[in-house]
Amino acid sequence: MALRDIAIVGTAQRPSEVNSTFTSVEILLPVIQQLLDKVGIERSDIGFWCHGSCDYMSGQPFSFVAAVDAIGAWPPIIESHVEADGAFALYEAWVKIQTGEVDVALVFSNGKSTSGPIDQILSLQTDPYMVAPLKPGFDALAALQARACLEAGVVTERQMAEVAARSRRDAHNNTIAFTKGNESVDDLLAMPYTLNPLRAHDCATPVDGCNAVVLAAGDVARRLAERPAWIRGIDHRIDTQRLGARSMIESSSAAIAAQKAGVAKDRIDVAELHAPYTHQELLLRNAMGLSESTHINPSGGALVANPAMAAGLARFAEAAESIFAGAADRVLAHCTSGPMLQQNLVCVMEGE
Amino acid sequence: MSEADGLVRLRQPIGVTYNWSAGPNATSHLAGLMNGKFVGKRCPSCALVYFPPRNGVCPKCAKILAGDVEVGPKGTITTFCIVNVPFLGQKIKLPYVAAQILLDGADISMQHLIQECEAEDVRIGMRVEPVWKDKSEWGPSLENIQHFRPTGEPDRVMGSESGAS
Repeated sequence: MALRDIAIVGTAQRPSEVNSTFTSVEILLPVIQQLLDKVGIERSDIGFWCHGSCDYMSGQPFSFVAAVDAIGAWPPIIESHVEADGAFALYEAWVKIQTGEVDVALVFSNGKSTSGPIDQILSLQTDPYMVAPLKPGFDALAALQARACLEAGVVTERQMAEVAARSRRDAHNNTIAFTKGNESVDDLLAMPYTLNPLRAHDCATPVDGCNAVVLAAGDVARRLAERPAWIRGIDHRIDTQRLGARSMIESSSAAIAAQKAGVAKDRIDVAELHAPYTHQELLLRNAMGLSESTHINPSGGALVANPAMAAGLARFAEAAESIFAGAADRVLAHCTSGPMLQQNLVCVMEGE
Repeated sequence: MSEADGLVRLRQPIGVTYNWSAGPNATSHLAGLMNGKFVGKRCPSCALVYFPPRNGVCPKCAKILAGDVEVGPKGTITTFCIVNVPFLGQKIKLPYVAAQILLDGADISMQHLIQECEAEDVRIGMRVEPVWKDKSEWGPSLENIQHFRPTGEPDRVMGSESGAS
């Protein structure tokens, strides 16, 4: 079957905040309206809506249903939801457009990471029988992974600090970013451990945020955007949920996803990697075979603003924007989910 | 842990505490209830009055609701059901009536309990009014109302409303 050409034609993101007093619906609605205005389409032009969020984060079962209020469901619409990052909703929307049923889809995601103890909430994603009852803590699992990587010589603490320093510096150019800084690598290495071997700057900043992108097929995409970001490859792979049964010093799922998405076929100008911990960026770069010539996370990445369930779709938005602006011709967007890089979604986009 | 039957059992309850925010729109609604008032919100686009104001937006127009509107306290039953089935945690004597009530001035109905009349006398169009609990028991909740009861006013002919009840 020949695949349809599908592109991201517009994006919108809400600036990050903490302890937002707005509901998820109230923070989503203006972002969706802003996106529709930017792309120049009406709600009635959207053939399919797809949403990513996590009920555990709001502590309310079926809380995602309320988000339908933010998109206006009258006259009736076709919509779906994934209990995951919005990047996975984008994958579903891409499949929906591939079926030929619709030409335009709007994908959106939201996460209020500061309305609960996100470290505990995310660790509820682990195996409910053998791991979750131990309440391991998401950061602690990442720290175990970082320790394994350091001891195996796969990463160094200096490399981790370099990732943090670069991300915090790049954050100055990003209005969505929350944490910014100008520290040197040595400054960061002098900071105390918060969860040995992790320091505070090795861990992503939990924020409340939301974002949305429009996907369109073929000539519709060409009409809606001057320079659409064409999806040339997209793939999602998962490592075993048995934490003790997988290698902590590499990411085989990221490697396979990158290979299937065609990352190595040509040079990647910009890679937006969803790496909530500094050592994970290093693991992902290794797994995907990214070279020194690739600009990693010019947005500052998830380290400087991590609205859980929206931070992956944010990577797609940032990568697509660099195509729109003509700053890059071939980009990579990535989303991870689960503890220690359990799931990895990789997408390659190109300008024409 | 217990090993009475040779099995090791582990009880590990998991609890998470949230800082939940009702949002600015629902906040004026909840604050109203704490003052014994029914405060809804109007859609700036279609002018429908929402009580309760849901998530602060009009789902028909996808617009943020604006402007408080006080509704009620009297209302009209738009539909109801008679509950005859006992269930765990049952607090109210059977049979009782759960009804959708359209408060005067509101465009969507809300569910509440009908008491102080026979279940078989409840009908669509019946006029009802709230019976509030003692003020000392009030919180930001519709549970401040013990139940609704008939006012004795003539029935209202339903179907003449513009709303989406």
